[in-house]
Amino acid sequence: MSAALPLLVARGVSVGIEGRTLCTALDLDILPGEMLAVIGRNGIGKSTVLSTLAGLRAPLAGRLTLDGVSLASMAPRALARRRSLLPQSHDDAFASTVLDTVLVGRHPHIGRWSDDSAHDVQVAFDAMARVSLAGFEARDVRTLSGGERQRVAIAALLAQDAPLCLLDEPVTHLDLDYQMDTLSLFADMAHDEGRAVVAVLHDLNQVLRFCDRVLLLTGGGEWVCGAVDAVLQPDTLSRAFCHPLRELRDGARRYFVPA
Amino acid sequence: MSIPADAMQPPASVRTRAPRRRTLALPLLAVGLLLSIALSLSLGSVPVSPAQLWQIATGGDAGVAGDVVLGLRLPRVLAAAACGGLLALAGALMQVLLRNPLADPYVLGISGGASVGALLAMTAGLAGALFELSAFAGALTAMALVFGLAHGEGGRTPTRLLLTGVIVSAGCGAAVSFMLTVANEQSLRGMLFWLMGDAGVAAPPAAALWTLAVGVLICTPLARDLNLLARGDLTAQTLGVPVLRLRLAIYLIASALTAVAVTTVGAVGFVGLVVPHLMRLALGNDQRLLLPASALAGALLLLLADTAARTLIAPAQLPVGVLTALLGVPVFLFLLHRRR
Repeated sequence: MSAALPLLVARGVSVGIEGRTLCTALDLDILPGEMLAVIGRNGIGKSTVLSTLAGLRAPLAGRLTLDGVSLASMAPRALARRRSLLPQSHDDAFASTVLDTVLVGRHPHIGRWSDDSAHDVQVAFDAMARVSLAGFEARDVRTLSGGERQRVAIAALLAQDAPLCLLDEPVTHLDLDYQMDTLSLFADMAHDEGRAVVAVLHDLNQVLRFCDRVLLLTGGGEWVCGAVDAVLQPDTLSRAFCHPLRELRDGARRYFVPA
Repeated sequence: MSIPADAMQPPASVRTRAPRRRTLALPLLAVGLLLSIALSLSLGSVPVSPAQLWQIATGGDAGVAGDVVLGLRLPRVLAAAACGGLLALAGALMQVLLRNPLADPYVLGISGGASVGALLAMTAGLAGALFELSAFAGALTAMALVFGLAHGEGGRTPTRLLLTGVIVSAGCGAAVSFMLTVANEQSLRGMLFWLMGDAGVAAPPAAALWTLAVGVLICTPLARDLNLLARGDLTAQTLGVPVLRLRLAIYLIASALTAVAVTTVGAVGFVGLVVPHLMRLALGNDQRLLLPASALAGALLLLLADTAARTLIAPAQLPVGVLTALLGVPVFLFLLHRRR
């Protein structure tokens, strides 16, 4: 893994919103084949950092490159073929079938004058199958439950087929079984397919179980980044989340519970 | 996850249903529009038979019928059809821009501005090209006002545009009420007709026809990007749509289409709201189909409404806006109810 060239590189990147600095001088190499968690308290800037890494907002300072090319100079469509972003919420103003909504992920791969090809439709169906949405293709997205709608969004992200996947709270509305299935799906995409997956997560035990590295935002622009086992220590986490956390062990596996 | 990816094949119906609808809808609407044009040209105080119409269309001499059709009815028919198309297309664009299926071309204050301009011109006794210029200037002023004031953090978001538009419309409404109150008896009737939309005093149709053609040409290549914009700014931006530039373009195009339509036939209501909505219920929300279908259906609706407006209680005439509402409301309610 260390031999692979980094996909996304951040050097001295500072992120802020409305005069508030969320993250100062971030240096980060995101490698293909790894799953990186972004954690921190509510409102600390996880989503804003994620959309900055996605190239959707300019950093206050510093430089971001994807495949060695500056993010700011990449054409939106070319960027969309290289990185995907799962938004935190979904707001459907108009009726749309599940299939059409998943096919939206194919947009950067389809020419302006072309229609969805049989291949695009097949990619969409494969994506729906991977999130257990078989048989849902004709349903209106506005009739789905929150968890089903989230899986439609994940299917659209899979259909986009980008090497860098940025996920803003990918398992928030999901039932426990789908949470586990979805996170193992993304872990497989990183470890077996060689994609880079960056996910904002809330459950520390899921971070321990599925992720390789973690970026912890601690407020006031401070951050810690490193291997999961190094960063996720009781005292660091207790300070970052403003509540004492206790570590439990079950063989080699560690768990955190609120003290 | 538990299902192997290759176990799922798209059923044949999913692949074929949408394209068939697409191939049928536009030709059907176009044929319907041509038939309505023929119908509208033949109806009136001087009835014209289909045979006479054919004679006129092929360049033959049909006497008085020829003069009536070419000199009186054709300009009005073209103006009504073109403006119906403009309003419906503008409505469809506004609904995407504001991500709200209840938006119409007037929601951002353009008809309000045009009404102020038009009534000012009527109060000053202007007619013809000067009158149209004044209405158009009013529309552009309202458009510039909303556009300038709606800018803020995060660009011109749907909510901010909508609020600014509603407020500017309210201001224009007050100005219109004021002018109606102080207007003299003779001009009052003309003012009320104009406010309700009236193709009887329509401006020459050339500007509206050209604007419609240019509008459809510009929107067609943008339709795929608009499909994404309808799903939200973040989704669109993530998938490679230059959102800020596209929203600006849509705003300017929709406003220009509306301004030309309002200048030509007055503030005809309902076409811009009902037609895109009907087309969306019938054909889905793919803008590649929805935009041209809305333009054709809008032309069809306004033309039929205007034909009814000048024949129902002939020789008297109704403002066409009354008819669009009378036709549009029941159809809209029926479809909405059936879909529930």
